[in-house]
Amino acid sequence: MSSNETAQQVKWWNGGRSPFNLEYGKLMMWYFLMSDAFTFGAFLISYGTIRFSQNFWADPNVVFNAFPGAGHANLPLAFVSVMTFILIISSVTMVLAVHAGHKGDRNGVIKWMLWTILGGVAFLLCQAWEWHHLITGAHPVLAEGKIEMIGQTMGGNPWGRLVDPADAQHALAASSHETLVDLVHEYPKPGTNLAGLEKMDTQQLAGMVDLEHAHIRTKGPIAFGGYFFGITGFHGFHVFSGVIINIVMLIMTARGVFDRRGHYLMIEKAGLYWHFVDLVWVFVFLCFYLI
Amino acid sequence: MEHQQKPVSPEMTFPQHHHSDDEFKKRVRKTTILLSVITVIELGIGLTIYNIHKGPDPSHLLVLMFKGMVCILTLAKAYYIVSVFMHLGDEIRNMIMSVVVPLLLFIWFIAAFLWDGDSYKNLRNSYDKHFEEQKTEKKSSGGH
Repeated sequence: MSSNETAQQVKWWNGGRSPFNLEYGKLMMWYFLMSDAFTFGAFLISYGTIRFSQNFWADPNVVFNAFPGAGHANLPLAFVSVMTFILIISSVTMVLAVHAGHKGDRNGVIKWMLWTILGGVAFLLCQAWEWHHLITGAHPVLAEGKIEMIGQTMGGNPWGRLVDPADAQHALAASSHETLVDLVHEYPKPGTNLAGLEKMDTQQLAGMVDLEHAHIRTKGPIAFGGYFFGITGFHGFHVFSGVIINIVMLIMTARGVFDRRGHYLMIEKAGLYWHFVDLVWVFVFLCFYLI
Repeated sequence: MEHQQKPVSPEMTFPQHHHSDDEFKKRVRKTTILLSVITVIELGIGLTIYNIHKGPDPSHLLVLMFKGMVCILTLAKAYYIVSVFMHLGDEIRNMIMSVVVPLLLFIWFIAAFLWDGDSYKNLRNSYDKHFEEQKTEKKSSGGH
């Protein structure tokens, strides 16, 4: 409460003095963000409820261990930490844009808003890559007596419990030719190539599968996909709309709208929204990637 | 703010306190470093949990303690973002309370719904034999 040293004596509610001393739109932005916090909170809490109701849940370090360009390297938490830092830094540049606005420094606002928008777009691209990788990256699962390759979708996830190699051995005979080719190709023996593998018959392929390293699992809890894509998608939509709002603010700044108005309050309001997007990510990061 | 002579809207009846340029820069730098350091510590704990899981006999109590630590660090991060970046800490106390007090509902919200999920699991483990099987099946194969 730095704004007034005699706060104890001030009669805030007697009229003549604004009890919040906050512009209407900014106050309403705060209340919107509070309600949005409850929306996100409800999503994350329901994810928690379902997770607590299961005997087994996918380990995030196993699910999220890929990095663009790193192939099959096991890098848990690496890519998501990049995404987290992108969002933190874009939050910092937003603070600087708001500060430049306080000083009426139009070029400063334009510069920092551009960086903020860049950060938002970079985050969205990262998320697009992550989703694409999860959906299209096929992993072997043992289901109904045979092994199949499935990706992480709304309909199922390939991150159940690890299967005992002896159990998987029995399932090889029932698995499709395509699956066996994929399994052998994952850990290729010297002197084999994909075209050659495709010509072999299933029995030959079954004998070549390296079950010790194939990490065949059961199917994991089905709810994981819906929650992950639903909540990160809803957050991604917030990032997307935040980028759009920031672009509009940038255009308005460049056209001198706020200079004519005499204040940069709109930048502050857009800033509140942008920081909120960062704030939500802190919790999404906690719930999906860390614990 | 020093440069602003007249209030920007009729809802603001007295000038707002703003930080000077130097003070502001120091505060932003400090908060940025703080947020980064907390994030790095969180990542370290995340990797520690991963390695505990990989080990032969993962201690559930230890994992739970680390997860609790990450939760507390996340709350600290949230506090700094809201208080410094969103400037809520600089607003009038009345206004801060009108945003923060409703959020206390989360205490009940989280406790009640996680308890509910846990109770559902226990009930199914007691009465649904098929569900119970999933718990014991291939216990040696890791995960939690």
